[in-house]
Amino acid sequence: METLGHLAHGFAVALTPINLLWCIAGVTVGTAVGVLPGLGPALTIALLLPLTYKVDPTAAFILFAGIYYGAMYGGSTTSILLNTPGESATIVTALEGNKMARRGKAGAALSTAAIGSFVAATIGTIGITFLAVPLVKLALKFGPHEYFALMVLAFVTVSAVLGSSAVRGLTSLAFGILLGLVGNDLQTGQPRFTFGTFELLDGINVLVVAVGLFAVGETLYLASRRKTAPAEVLQVKDSIWMSRADWARSWKAWIRGTFIGFPIGAMPAGGAEIPTFLSYFVEKRLSKHPEEFGRGAIEGVAGPEAANNASAAGVLVPLLALGLPTSATAAILLSAFQSYHINPGPMLLQSQPELVWGLIASLYIGNIMLLVLNLPLVGLWVKILKIPEPLLYGGILVFATIGTYGISRSVVDLILLYALGGVGFLMRRFDFPAAPVIIGLILGPLAEQQFRRAMTISAGNLIAFLDRPLSLALLLLAAFAVAGPIAWRSYRRRLEPA
Amino acid sequence: MNKDVSRNDTILGLAVVLLAIIVGWQTTLIPVNAIYAKVGPKVFPWLVTAMLAALGVALTVQGFRGGWSRQLENEPIDRLSLGWLLLALLLNVLLIKVAGFIIASTMLFVFTARAFGSHRYARDAGIGFALAFAAYFAFDRLLGYRIGSGIIERFL
Repeated sequence: METLGHLAHGFAVALTPINLLWCIAGVTVGTAVGVLPGLGPALTIALLLPLTYKVDPTAAFILFAGIYYGAMYGGSTTSILLNTPGESATIVTALEGNKMARRGKAGAALSTAAIGSFVAATIGTIGITFLAVPLVKLALKFGPHEYFALMVLAFVTVSAVLGSSAVRGLTSLAFGILLGLVGNDLQTGQPRFTFGTFELLDGINVLVVAVGLFAVGETLYLASRRKTAPAEVLQVKDSIWMSRADWARSWKAWIRGTFIGFPIGAMPAGGAEIPTFLSYFVEKRLSKHPEEFGRGAIEGVAGPEAANNASAAGVLVPLLALGLPTSATAAILLSAFQSYHINPGPMLLQSQPELVWGLIASLYIGNIMLLVLNLPLVGLWVKILKIPEPLLYGGILVFATIGTYGISRSVVDLILLYALGGVGFLMRRFDFPAAPVIIGLILGPLAEQQFRRAMTISAGNLIAFLDRPLSLALLLLAAFAVAGPIAWRSYRRRLEPA
Repeated sequence: MNKDVSRNDTILGLAVVLLAIIVGWQTTLIPVNAIYAKVGPKVFPWLVTAMLAALGVALTVQGFRGGWSRQLENEPIDRLSLGWLLLALLLNVLLIKVAGFIIASTMLFVFTARAFGSHRYARDAGIGFALAFAAYFAFDRLLGYRIGSGIIERFL
């Protein structure tokens, strides 16, 4: 009941006219960047990080949360009408939703995606509301050893388990941790990897890395494959109001998708890819029309879209309660907290109740706005999809440049931005995931801090990590997460005749 | 393992090994105060060195065994488009201090649009200029970030 009181207070914060305006701005910008291919919430929030110097934290986080949720809604519109999934989590939607659109059922596909997203995000937000306090109580028992072990587990699952290759995922992670090490060591003040330059002493700005990888890298990648015929934007010909049969086939898929997505998102592993695929296979299994799968089955859009949004909501649980980001966007949000000198984690609920509960309340409100924004107004977003490529990418690069150069006025940062763009291009072309770089960059320094604290407590004895049951369990899980899939693969290979 | 060696993937693996060597070399140069010797500022750098070295070797071995990038749907690179885009970025770095943000960004916009196949230079220059102008105004005047002067900026 204590929670409901907090939540009521949160609504009082979120419903002030100024915060409502921030929320509207957030969900609108979020939907737009979700719709535009090549842009995403991580990049957008990174570009808006300079706002944190000017705007009070509650307003900034209401804006960022709106972008975070909005991008999920917008992304499904693009997958359905354009069949270019912006991220791996929307591959399934692109698969079934685009097929539906080709059969003239684009309206129903958009509708089931939007309403499913609404149902999932709302249930997910309820999950955040009631999970945050108990999880914080558990987290308060964590010492540096447990935190470090938890971070190791998150590192491993984010880079080695999700994605197509453990080796490439871990390489991305190591690169990210390396970028995070550059600059003055926080504890001893010694410069590391600065190559004697003055500009690198303060470390590499998160904004530069995120914008370099996601905006410059993506633009380079898309330019390099222009010979490929561009995909056409499909028309919405049917009504966006679903028929009774569509509703009957959708609602159970939404609920199932939500309950698959939220718990997986809330685990220290995070990731929206596994729950969407899982939901897709569950729906295919349970459907009365399995023959429609692969040719535009509405359950195949409803379930995975719900799973995607629910897991996005789930990711906020470890972020707010433990300070543990498990996606690129969550990591950027963590760095936004840092620029306010706020530490997310167990103390956050006590030290910043206005911020946390205002943020959670704004998620409920934002969801309702998003439903309106994405169903009756879907025609508007279809127009945005038709912006010609030359203008879109020209604009993206101009904003990427001002976002970086504008805050530091340093040509070194600009060169770094474009160099990281080159790295992003290679990573995209050779299938290295980008999220572990961002997570390594932001979580790496925190992990190092916890590691050194732990070592100070236990007088430099590494065994201390294994002496504590909780940290031992977390480290064992991490070891299993790396070794398990490799062992499974070699076992299967042995079964197959050579 | 008699598949062909994947040249690109092997080079990439070796590049990661090279990065590990550079990181290791730079780690030895980190000054350490004796008080912190046990869990000092070098522990994580060495960890990253070890990770990069091991992963670089693993990637190189994968490259030798045929690599992974062949299975990706990689079309041949459109060199012309990529070239225009790289030129756009290079010009921006060279011009931004000399000519100022607005002119440099307008050029960036026009060249990027060219990279994506536009030949309507006048239109692109107009839109690019408007966008750069608006961005400059918002950042420099409204948000108060000093972006610096330039050929056009000094008249504003």
